[in-house]
Amino acid sequence: MGEVHSINDEEAVELEVLTLPLDAWHRAHGGRMVEFAGYWMPVQYAGIIAEHLWTRESAGLFDVSHMGQLFISGEGVEAALEAVLPIDLGTLKPFGPRYSLLLDESGGVLDDLMVTRWNSGFYLVVNGATKWDDIGHLRESLPDEVTINHLDDSALLALQGPKAFAALERVVTGEYPLSALTFMKGGQFKIDGVDAWISRSGYTGEDGFEIAIPAVDAERVADLICAQPEVKPIGLGARDSLRLEAGLPLYGHDLSPETSPVEAGLLFGINKRRRSEGGFPGAERILREIAEGTARKWVGLVLEGRQAAREGATVHLGAEQVGVVTSGGFSPSREQPIAMAYVASAHAAPGTKLEIEVRGKRLAAEVVSTPFVPHRYFRGA
Amino acid sequence: MTRYFTQDHEWIDVDGTSGVVGITDYAQSQLGDITYVDLPAAGTTVKKGDAPCVVDSVKAASDVYSPVSGTITAANDALGDAPETVNTDPETGGWLFRIDLSDASELDGLMDQAAYDAYVAEL
Repeated sequence: MGEVHSINDEEAVELEVLTLPLDAWHRAHGGRMVEFAGYWMPVQYAGIIAEHLWTRESAGLFDVSHMGQLFISGEGVEAALEAVLPIDLGTLKPFGPRYSLLLDESGGVLDDLMVTRWNSGFYLVVNGATKWDDIGHLRESLPDEVTINHLDDSALLALQGPKAFAALERVVTGEYPLSALTFMKGGQFKIDGVDAWISRSGYTGEDGFEIAIPAVDAERVADLICAQPEVKPIGLGARDSLRLEAGLPLYGHDLSPETSPVEAGLLFGINKRRRSEGGFPGAERILREIAEGTARKWVGLVLEGRQAAREGATVHLGAEQVGVVTSGGFSPSREQPIAMAYVASAHAAPGTKLEIEVRGKRLAAEVVSTPFVPHRYFRGA
Repeated sequence: MTRYFTQDHEWIDVDGTSGVVGITDYAQSQLGDITYVDLPAAGTTVKKGDAPCVVDSVKAASDVYSPVSGTITAANDALGDAPETVNTDPETGGWLFRIDLSDASELDGLMDQAAYDAYVAEL
């Protein structure tokens, strides 16, 4: 058989592979470890489909400690961050994460990230594979008065699924109940005495939480959460299939310096005031694209049959190539192959019949609106 | 009938000049959940090392190389509706294709069960 080209291949680095705080914990729980973003991480435990479906029906615990957690503070931090990100910090209330984008001068995407206002500065969560470049870029772009603190002694977990709330509520204490958090709200809690920054957010389309804790306490907290009957550990494989079904982009695949956030349909990452005022990297191109439209759009495709189309597969309408797949695979929830692709805007409307070339064969596909599986975020009772 | 193994984790059962090819239990465990098998058409001529068959898992698509040269005579069409058979029964019911060998001397370069087990133990 050929080499198994797994999702980690492109992120693999030639440097020494590093270990994360839960490395031994993953191995003890039967995690199959692969190299991802420079770290050993579990790609699966029981199997990707079983883990995926468990997360959709109960709750899954993901270790996302490879992601970069940064704290940015200092005099003039608001204005300095707004010069780097297309975010409107005037409308960003404390403790609620908001999606934003790190853009280059031509409007290409350097990374996507979450920004949360804490009392004395801003907490950023950036992608693992890009975090070192992000820190360098931010250091270069921000004035000296603004400090970037890499919180590399902090682990990050995600608990996702319809039973995540029930499981987590049992183990947290705080000044207010966990139920005070609705989607994209966060707060400070304790788990078995451990300080935990918790936000109701995630990357699966399900209700769920992201939990930052000191690395030294990560095993104890992971044990406690996994001891809840609703919870099983979930690997990177299911994380990828879940986010794909949720129609969420993965940096380095669906987003890159060659893609603009307007093409990718990420306008919510460019806040309203900034769309009229500009003043962020790449604003000229992005404001023009918002006004005039883009030549291509990032769309969802559902394939006929069972054969999947993967990143790099070309999309066709008759003899003409009209696009390229950026993420694709078998959807465990829909039991059929799905893909995301950049497609010429003329052929990007839902219902458009296209073909995807896979190993010399043309597979029938149809443009659909995303998400492929409805989001089930908790926005309040 | 004799079973041989490749370093790429295919097995082939040979009876005279007729062979049946599949992937090993080790291979299926590495691939994880198999969601689709792209099977070759009968009549296809292959050389040793060609990839007439592709196994799709949730993670990736992987080539299956032919351990020998010859002509494919049949494929396991039951995998169309039940590709997961390659996970659950890789070395029997999850066979992939039948092949008429054109050069039986190619088998000399393959491993027997004991050699393959030792090879996998080293991985």
